[in-house]
Amino acid sequence: MSTEIVDTLAITVTVNGESHSAEVEPRLLLVHFLREDLNLTGTHIGCDTSNCGACTVLLDGVSVKSCTLLAVQANGSSIETVEGLEQNNQLHAIQEGFFEEHGLQCGFCTPGMMMTAKSLLAHNANPTEAEIRRGISGNLCRCTGYVNIVKAIQYGAAKLRGETPASTQEAHPTHA
Amino acid sequence: MIPAAFKYATPTTVGEAIDLLRANQDAKILAGGHSLLPLMKLRLASPPVLVDINRIAGLDYIRQDEQLGRLRIGALARHIDFERSALIRDRYPLLWDTARGIGDPLVRNRGTMAGAVAHADPAADWPAALLALNAEVVATGPNGERVVPLTQLYVSILTTSLTADELLTEVRVPLPRPRSGGAYEKLERKVGDYAVIGVGAQLVLNGDDSVLEAGVGLCNAASTSVKARDAEVFLVGKPLAPDNINEAARLAMEASDPVDDDRGPSDYKRAMVRELTRRALRRAAGRARGGQA
Repeated sequence: MSTEIVDTLAITVTVNGESHSAEVEPRLLLVHFLREDLNLTGTHIGCDTSNCGACTVLLDGVSVKSCTLLAVQANGSSIETVEGLEQNNQLHAIQEGFFEEHGLQCGFCTPGMMMTAKSLLAHNANPTEAEIRRGISGNLCRCTGYVNIVKAIQYGAAKLRGETPASTQEAHPTHA
Repeated sequence: MIPAAFKYATPTTVGEAIDLLRANQDAKILAGGHSLLPLMKLRLASPPVLVDINRIAGLDYIRQDEQLGRLRIGALARHIDFERSALIRDRYPLLWDTARGIGDPLVRNRGTMAGAVAHADPAADWPAALLALNAEVVATGPNGERVVPLTQLYVSILTTSLTADELLTEVRVPLPRPRSGGAYEKLERKVGDYAVIGVGAQLVLNGDDSVLEAGVGLCNAASTSVKARDAEVFLVGKPLAPDNINEAARLAMEASDPVDDDRGPSDYKRAMVRELTRRALRRAAGRARGGQA
């Protein structure tokens, strides 16, 4: 049976804990399956040429560019997207870090950046700044926000280790 | 960007994959997909059939085979597997250097060494490193396996001597000798770009620190990956004095034939072959003297 050649394939993919089945063409990219079939538009399409990392999701826990993976390749796998980070109306520690440390300006790279951060912290709970910078080197931010993105990931890492990080950002000035 | 329509197969054994390739001569093999899928999205490639080998169990190994005298690397070993391997870090520093500089972390999570070797892009890092290491590949086809030295694999850009019904199932690297070491030097404009130039060097030293064996491979320096034989031959029997390193680097430069493009003019790239060869040889020598087995 596995020398069979198909035009379409029935796939089942678990996305953020929920099982989804669909009949898809082999050429359907995973990012299009997520955005257009499942309406999970938090995963962004940036460059569409495997460079920018805006489309990063976790495939069985591994960070991948969903624009460079076929949906059929994810058949039987578990996918995590940015929509799965928040649980019970509680921001994930990494999301809280991006909020507290102003880790975004336009926000376009942010979903991919946070998914890469999640995968990075799963392998290294206490990364150095250099390790974080190396870890996110496949995710491009064009607002030049890397300084705060690194701080955001450090904040998220500390929180995930059970510490109570404080934001390094200056408090907003109060106006009389 | 959406690839042209194609048919899709998911063999679960190497035999099934070979049967599929034999029955569909224009089929392409999908492993990591990080060269093939971008080409398909740009419609620079439109294969009618994709044979996805990712469902074949047991091809993701990286293991030393003492009997064969080789490090054996399965077709589905991904770049990240080298980066995370203590064996590779401790005993194959040239492979470790190379793995850490390929693409970006997300690319390394998917891309495979064997896929990069079979893709035959002269801008790919692995072939340069593997030419320096005198690697071989195992091609499996309808009539069984054959071993092909990497020096006989590359025909022209993106073209190998593999036949349409063969699958590159394994890469083999000689086990490290005593007093050996290697290094990979890559000049890149930014993370994720191809190398402007890359150079892999592997050395085996005699007890008096003269060179017993040398390997030098060049990335993105010509229309195929280059093994700089004249530089290798020159070094054998000589001490690694600066004059000898300089002459080997000059010979490596003479073996290169880069083109002018947006990564730089050809004379600049030739100069970079010379400089990166010097650096790679110096680091390889340091590692060889450092007693890495």
